[in-house]
Amino acid sequence: MSDHKAFSATGNQMIAEAIRQIDPDVMAAYPITPQTTIVENYAKYVANGKVHTEFVTVESEHSALSACIGASAAGARVATATASQGLALMWEELHIAAGMRTPIVMANANRALSAPISIHGDHSDVMGARDTGWIILFAETAQEAYDNTVISFRIAEDKRVLLPVMTTLDGFITSHAMERCEMEEDQTVKDFVGEYTPLYPLLDTDNPVGHGMFANGTSYMKYRSVLRKVNHGALPIIEEYGKAWAEITGRPYELIDAWGVEDADYVVVVLGSAAGNVRHVARQMREEGVKIGVVRPRVYRPFPAEQLVNACKNAKAIAVMDRSDTVGGQYGPLAVDTMAALYEAGLSIPVKNYVFGLGGADVTNELILEVFSNFEKLEKGELDRDLAFLGV
Amino acid sequence: MKMPALDTFDEWTPEEIPTGFVANAGTADQYVTGGWRSMRPVWFKDNCVSCMMCFLACPDSSIEVEDGKMVGIDYDHCKGCGVCVHECRFKALDFIREEEVVHEEEEEIASVIEKAKEA
Repeated sequence: MSDHKAFSATGNQMIAEAIRQIDPDVMAAYPITPQTTIVENYAKYVANGKVHTEFVTVESEHSALSACIGASAAGARVATATASQGLALMWEELHIAAGMRTPIVMANANRALSAPISIHGDHSDVMGARDTGWIILFAETAQEAYDNTVISFRIAEDKRVLLPVMTTLDGFITSHAMERCEMEEDQTVKDFVGEYTPLYPLLDTDNPVGHGMFANGTSYMKYRSVLRKVNHGALPIIEEYGKAWAEITGRPYELIDAWGVEDADYVVVVLGSAAGNVRHVARQMREEGVKIGVVRPRVYRPFPAEQLVNACKNAKAIAVMDRSDTVGGQYGPLAVDTMAALYEAGLSIPVKNYVFGLGGADVTNELILEVFSNFEKLEKGELDRDLAFLGV
Repeated sequence: MKMPALDTFDEWTPEEIPTGFVANAGTADQYVTGGWRSMRPVWFKDNCVSCMMCFLACPDSSIEVEDGKMVGIDYDHCKGCGVCVHECRFKALDFIREEEVVHEEEEEIASVIEKAKEA
């Protein structure tokens, strides 16, 4: 464990610092709020000669990720960052990056999707990428955004995984707010991440290969089954690297941050920055004798179903707070995942799904108290189980 | 690198599929895509000076060259975009509809059958 000097920084600064320390070969990126300051800071490092990265300025996010995929297939270590409409414009390439097994690390500053236009934080963008095959990490704090980014390279480039990793943080709330942060030495990070050796680099002209092949017959379906297996199989590997990094930093790592669940009567499941707000109110409620636990998956894809069930199994009722909606669907994405995990485990704990904080709407103590105050009725079966928009 | 042969796709097991569906280079050659063509470039050898402008312009590497001279067109991979015809300054390439070729072939087959009947 090293001796750290704490300083204040934004989540975006911390991600830019992490990528600087790793110094990838190529970054192709396009600015978009609230991610811009990541690539803006990184462009400064490139201009000032602090990194050797080939920085490719492109005309769109579609091109940004396309260039990243090309560079990764060529054998380079690649990073980029995006958000919201930019991530949406990458939709085609998201699938290609995962299918081609290109270990790209991409930061996403989670933001609402148009229309109407909102530049503020929610999870609508990243949830559009949940089925693409990418590994998706959610940070609660700027510190976690840094730590997640560092371990992302190890996860992505591990030969057992070889999948792109999206390391996300909540737009503005985490990307722009100043927080207390710690950082490891450059060399510590470089040593942890190590050199990257690509599996089938296109630039290895002695061993010519073709990437992005056409899959005929039944091979497409067989290949997709491999992708599913590899993505699911990444869970213990993510944990392995998370814990190895925690060993160095002294900052603990778990796939799921389960706060107060040991004796909790009720549990709230939530992703990202809002977990802090929920814990804050839950702490106050504990003083009044109400025991509420807060379960926050740090990894969303692959979904840590077993760990989530373990954290929730003793609860009498569960509230799942989704920061995005599945319009036309029955419940939000996190709720659907949670319910499927509980059902598979044979648990019939009542679940209420709330959509909250869309377009950066404030997550106030009052709104969280509303969720808490419904628990008793939910437990007794007196609360309707329809998805509810919190604060509307 | 050892890669499974592309013509045995259906026999692959998931374990055999290379990571990232990577295959040996140059496999597009084995996959015939000329059937997408609706227009066909036709080469007139006598007018051709092998200036190679068509070769440079062709996006599908379908201008066949040997020893620096054009020798023909690879109809297995030519998509009929017509860029070669547009580039040619020596009236060595014409552009015709595929159905004309099909029609000619049908007429040819018909005449063969007719001759066989007569015999």
